[in-house]
Amino acid sequence: MISHPRFYWGETGNVLTQPLFKLPIPASRALVPTGYGYVLPDQNGWSRYLHFQAAWAVVLTGLLYLISGLFTGHFWRNLLPRRADLSWRPFSIAIANHLRFKRPSEAEAWSYNVLQRLTYLFVIFVLFPLAIWTGLAMSPAFVSAVPATVTVLGGQQSARTIHFFVSLFLLLFLLVHVVMVCTAGFRSRMRAMILGRAGTRMERT
Amino acid sequence: MSDLSRRKLITTGLAATAGALGLGVSARIAQRYGLIPPDHGGIYGLGETLTYASQRLLTRHSLAREFRSSQISKPPFANEIPPLNEAFKRLQAGGFADWRLSVNGLVARPASFSLDQLKSYPSHSQITQLQCEEGWSYIAEWNGVPLSHVLEIVGVHPQARYVVYFSIDPEWWESIDMADGLHPQTFLAYGMNGSELPVGNGGPLRVRLPRQLGYKSVKYITQLTVTDSLKGFGKGLGSASPEGGYAWYAGI
Repeated sequence: MISHPRFYWGETGNVLTQPLFKLPIPASRALVPTGYGYVLPDQNGWSRYLHFQAAWAVVLTGLLYLISGLFTGHFWRNLLPRRADLSWRPFSIAIANHLRFKRPSEAEAWSYNVLQRLTYLFVIFVLFPLAIWTGLAMSPAFVSAVPATVTVLGGQQSARTIHFFVSLFLLLFLLVHVVMVCTAGFRSRMRAMILGRAGTRMERT
Repeated sequence: MSDLSRRKLITTGLAATAGALGLGVSARIAQRYGLIPPDHGGIYGLGETLTYASQRLLTRHSLAREFRSSQISKPPFANEIPPLNEAFKRLQAGGFADWRLSVNGLVARPASFSLDQLKSYPSHSQITQLQCEEGWSYIAEWNGVPLSHVLEIVGVHPQARYVVYFSIDPEWWESIDMADGLHPQTFLAYGMNGSELPVGNGGPLRVRLPRQLGYKSVKYITQLTVTDSLKGFGKGLGSASPEGGYAWYAGI
C-alpha cells in the first residue's frame, strides 16, 4: 500500500494510468508521483513475509474455528439473531446503550446482543472470506490454476482495491472491538474470552 | 483444576505427539518432492514453505492468464531501472551485436548464444500481465523463445532441479525450479508489442515468468546456470531477493 498508494479498477494500473483514488501519503518508491518531496523507507520485504505467514495463520485457525462452530452449534446458538431480536426495539436499545457506553448487565454479559451478533456474522462470513478471496485473486500463480477467482471480480487491480477496503473494515472492527472490551471491563471480558466464563461469576479460578 | 482430567491430559499428549510426528514425516515427503523453498529458514520459513508447497502442487502445469490484444496497456510502463553499468553501455553502443547468453552447469552441451541465434529459433508470443510486488501492473505482448527450448538445445541432465539466471547487473540474479523452468510460458523475451524489447523494459533480453511477480522476470540476462542445489549461489537462499529480504518464490 505504501509502496504504491494508488488504487485502480479493472485488470491493470500503474503510474501512467488513471487511478480510482490516491491515498494522501508519501510512497516508499521514488517512481510514484505523490506530491511529497520525499520517499519513505522501503519495508516491503519482511512485511510481505509476515503478511503471508499471517495469512496462513488466519486460514488455518479460521478453518478450525469454522469446523468447530458448525459442530458445536456455536453459530446458530450464539451468533444467529434470535427471533425476538428481529424488530426495531432490540436494535434501538442496543444502539442507545452503546452510545451511552453503558456497561452490560449480568444477564447481557452472558450472551450477545443483536448488534454484536450481526457484526460477528458479518466479520466471520463476509469480511474474512472476502479478504482471503481477494488476496488469492492477486496471486498470479493461484489464478493460473483458478482464473475465475480474479475474473469475477473484474481484474487483479479490482481485487487489490477490494482487499484494501476489506482490510480497512477489519481494522475498524478490531479497534471498536478492543475499545468495547475495555469499556465493558477488560479483566472480566478477557477472562470470558480465554476461559469461556463470564467474569461476574467468580467460581473456581 | 479438576477440569483437567487424566483423560484430557492423555488425549492432548497423544494428539501433540501425533502432530509432531506428522510434521516430521510431511517435512521428509516435502523435501523429497521438491516442495521446500531455499529460503525456508528463519521465522517466516513456515509460511513460505506452506505457500510454495501448496502452489507447486496446485499450479505445476497451469497456464498464466492470457489477454486480448485490445487489453494491452498503452503505453507500456517501464519501471525504474538500475543504473546500467559500463559493460551494458558498451554492448548497447554496438547495437547489442555482441550480447551473449551463456548457458552452463548441469547440461550436456554448454553454449553461448547471440541474440540473432536466439531469434532464429521459433518465436513464441504471450499477452500476459506483469505484476509488481509494489502493487502496479501492466499487460503487454511478449515475444521470445521459451526457456525450455534453449534448455533442450543444451541438454539438461536429469538431476537438474533449478535454473539460476543472472543479469548483467551483478546485483540481480534469480532462480526457479524446473516446473517453472520448463513451463511453456517461461520465456527469454527479446520483443514487446511487436517491436524490439526496449531497454527500460529489460531489452535486449529478459526473463518472462508470468506466474510470478515482476521481480523474478530479471532484465538484461547474460547467463543461465542449471544446477541441482542452490547452496553454492550467493548465501544459498536461492537468489538475490531473499538476501534483500524478499521471498524467493513470488507466485504469492
